[in-house]
Amino acid sequence: MSEYLIELNNIGKRFGGVRALDGVSLAIRPGEIHCLAGENGSGKSTIIKVISGIYTPEEGEIRIDGHPVGRLDPIKAVGHGIQVIYQDFSLFSNLTVAENLALNTYLLEGRRHMDWARAHRMAREVLSRLGVSIDPDAEVGSLATSGRQIVAIARAILAKARLIIMDEPTTALTRHEVDALFAITRDLQAQGIAVLFVSHKMREMLEISERLTVFRNGRKVAEGMMRDFDEAAITRAMTGLELTDEPYRPAPPTAPAVLETRGLGVPGAVEGVDLVLRPGEIVGISGLIGSGRTELARALFGMEPAMRGTILLNGAPVHPRSVQEAIALGIAYVPEDRLTEGLFLPQSIERNLTVSILDRLRRGLFLDRSALRQRTDAMFSAMQIAAPSAETPVGHLSGGNAQRVMLGRWLLTGARVLILNGPTVGVDVGSKATIHRIIRDLALREGLAVLMISDDVPELVTNCNRIHVMHRGRFVAELTGADMSETRINDTLKTLT
Amino acid sequence: MNKILQSTELAIACVLLLAMVLIGLVNPAFWGFDNLFSLAKSNVVIGIMALGVLLVMISGGIDVSFPAFAVAALYIVVRAMVALHYDGVFLPFVAAALIGLVLGAFNALIIERFRMIPLIVTLGTASITRGLLLGLLGSSIVNINKMPKELIAFGKHDLVTVEAANGATYGLTAMVLVYLGLGLAMHLMLRHTMIGRSVYAYGTDPEAARRAGFNTRRTIWFVYCTAGMLAGFAGMLHTSMIWQANPRDFQGLELDVIAAVVLGGASIFGGRGSVLGTLIGVFMLVMVKNSLILLKVDTTWQRVVVGLIIVAATAITAWRDRKKLA
Repeated sequence: MSEYLIELNNIGKRFGGVRALDGVSLAIRPGEIHCLAGENGSGKSTIIKVISGIYTPEEGEIRIDGHPVGRLDPIKAVGHGIQVIYQDFSLFSNLTVAENLALNTYLLEGRRHMDWARAHRMAREVLSRLGVSIDPDAEVGSLATSGRQIVAIARAILAKARLIIMDEPTTALTRHEVDALFAITRDLQAQGIAVLFVSHKMREMLEISERLTVFRNGRKVAEGMMRDFDEAAITRAMTGLELTDEPYRPAPPTAPAVLETRGLGVPGAVEGVDLVLRPGEIVGISGLIGSGRTELARALFGMEPAMRGTILLNGAPVHPRSVQEAIALGIAYVPEDRLTEGLFLPQSIERNLTVSILDRLRRGLFLDRSALRQRTDAMFSAMQIAAPSAETPVGHLSGGNAQRVMLGRWLLTGARVLILNGPTVGVDVGSKATIHRIIRDLALREGLAVLMISDDVPELVTNCNRIHVMHRGRFVAELTGADMSETRINDTLKTLT
Repeated sequence: MNKILQSTELAIACVLLLAMVLIGLVNPAFWGFDNLFSLAKSNVVIGIMALGVLLVMISGGIDVSFPAFAVAALYIVVRAMVALHYDGVFLPFVAAALIGLVLGAFNALIIERFRMIPLIVTLGTASITRGLLLGLLGSSIVNINKMPKELIAFGKHDLVTVEAANGATYGLTAMVLVYLGLGLAMHLMLRHTMIGRSVYAYGTDPEAARRAGFNTRRTIWFVYCTAGMLAGFAGMLHTSMIWQANPRDFQGLELDVIAAVVLGGASIFGGRGSVLGTLIGVFMLVMVKNSLILLKVDTTWQRVVVGLIIVAATAITAWRDRKKLA
């Protein structure tokens, strides 16, 4: 018996002229929780595909249980007990939980007949083994993200997994769901199943993993026991930079509020919210999904027609009834899912940046091309968007750069109030730091008032000068100055549920 | 899924019953045996084609080529029978189904190999098939006097006959058994075989289906070949039931059949649909068209009604599926 379940030695993989993997090694022990960290483009996804047999590396050797396996293909990999849970879970939303769980096994066994009774038995068995109560007859599409993830894990277990690879498993989960996932992960470990987390969320990695491997630019730059690392060390390894997290503590703002709400409510979601935003402030909102935080943002942006209460903008009551009205009032909103809610992916950076101000760049019936170009160029460089030119389609950009395009668009509208919902979801550490710096600069130098909604508690603590904790549609706590610490917020959130 | 599908089907069945009661109130002749038997007869050909379209729609595609395939199959077979003085039933049906299968395989080839959009592919193959048929075989109609006798006799089989007060007899065609038999086979295939489940899986998410280990290429071939085969078979049944082979037949039928399938609860996004729902949908569409005739509504206006049905039914199912996705 070998010490390692799987060993990858000096793996090299090229795509055209690009070296995606440059002699990397990775070894996973049976039943260990291992974390693979790296920024976008570091080769994380490529190595997953090598392990799961989708890509064949040009160099290097793969050993499973100490024996070289030669060329791996997806079916062989599954046969060796390797299961990948992709971010989209690859589940069939129209089919029931039981069928989703049974299909892979049936396919593996080469069955032609769909045995529903056995599918139910299998589903009930594996779900109870995971200690969760999910109805095997429920349609997968009707489950929450966390539920779908559990189904995906259950499916991997049914496929007799010995190694489950989870690609960014915590991205769409709330803190409670992450805790539940970690509990399940430890259960898997107790059953001798190894788990490889692929993630760039350092805090979570530190919490759950025993060993760590860090990739950067297709090379392995660090590995070792998790206890030998701290957050700063991992960040340094991932980015190659020293990123400091100086908290945002501006002088107490004295200017009158730019935005104020009194008794703001959205039926069924938000109740009696009093909020004050001054120029230069970054105010955080922490709360679980369903706490009403998104509805609050949408109400301010004119997207909740049933809104009650008063919104004061520079002291004057306003009532934005539509997005157009909100934009005209100088309110900007960067939604949670920037990819689906905001950007036109196949279109150029220029078009994406200027889409909200085209009305103002008109000359008669036509667009003023030179003005358009001027505005674009200014914002392109101000936002430090990493792209060959402003003609590049936004779909080609990394998450962080796409987010900067979104921010740039709103700044072009001349917004005075910026509402950010999960500003760095799905963004790697390096980009995250740049985005934070840009947001702080905007607040500090331009006097923008920023409302930041985030699941990422450390993000709020570092970047906000005030934080409201929201629960069941109400502000239940306000933290400022020295009170603002992660433990304080996490404790507050815990007592609420 | 079971529960939801059943509730969808229940809803469609309720609408159907309500419509039947209303139509019966307006026109008591609706409940006469002659009318009900003629309704059942009209279900057969459209219904068999609908089973094929159902399969294609569950796989996330759409098929507008089946009327062309059906007409090609029936006309080629009947012309060959006339030319060879062949009179029989079994072989002609097998031949027609095979012609449909080959044409369907052509759809599958283009859709699978070139990753083309099914709507465009089937529009193209429909046009090619109809054009070739008229160009190579001519456009003369084979009438009852030339039609093979055995074929006509086969189409005349009745299950039961009822004598009306005035002495006329009405029969319920035995072809409904063929239709229901095919429906049952399709249901069992979709629900209880892995190839059937692969159609649902592929229609839900092709990429996930590949990752799960389904042979999705085989699924596409299976779907379009089966749809073509059913079309060819339905065409042959049609010709033996109307005692005529017209190379210009089934003009505009694709819309009726797609309307019926959508009415039966199949999703235009793929991954959803059932045989039971489709049977009900077909019945409802045929009944509505039949009632319009009974009410002496002009045929041009019937097109309007079919169009409205397709738009309304698609909107409702799309709304249902969107709500699920959200």
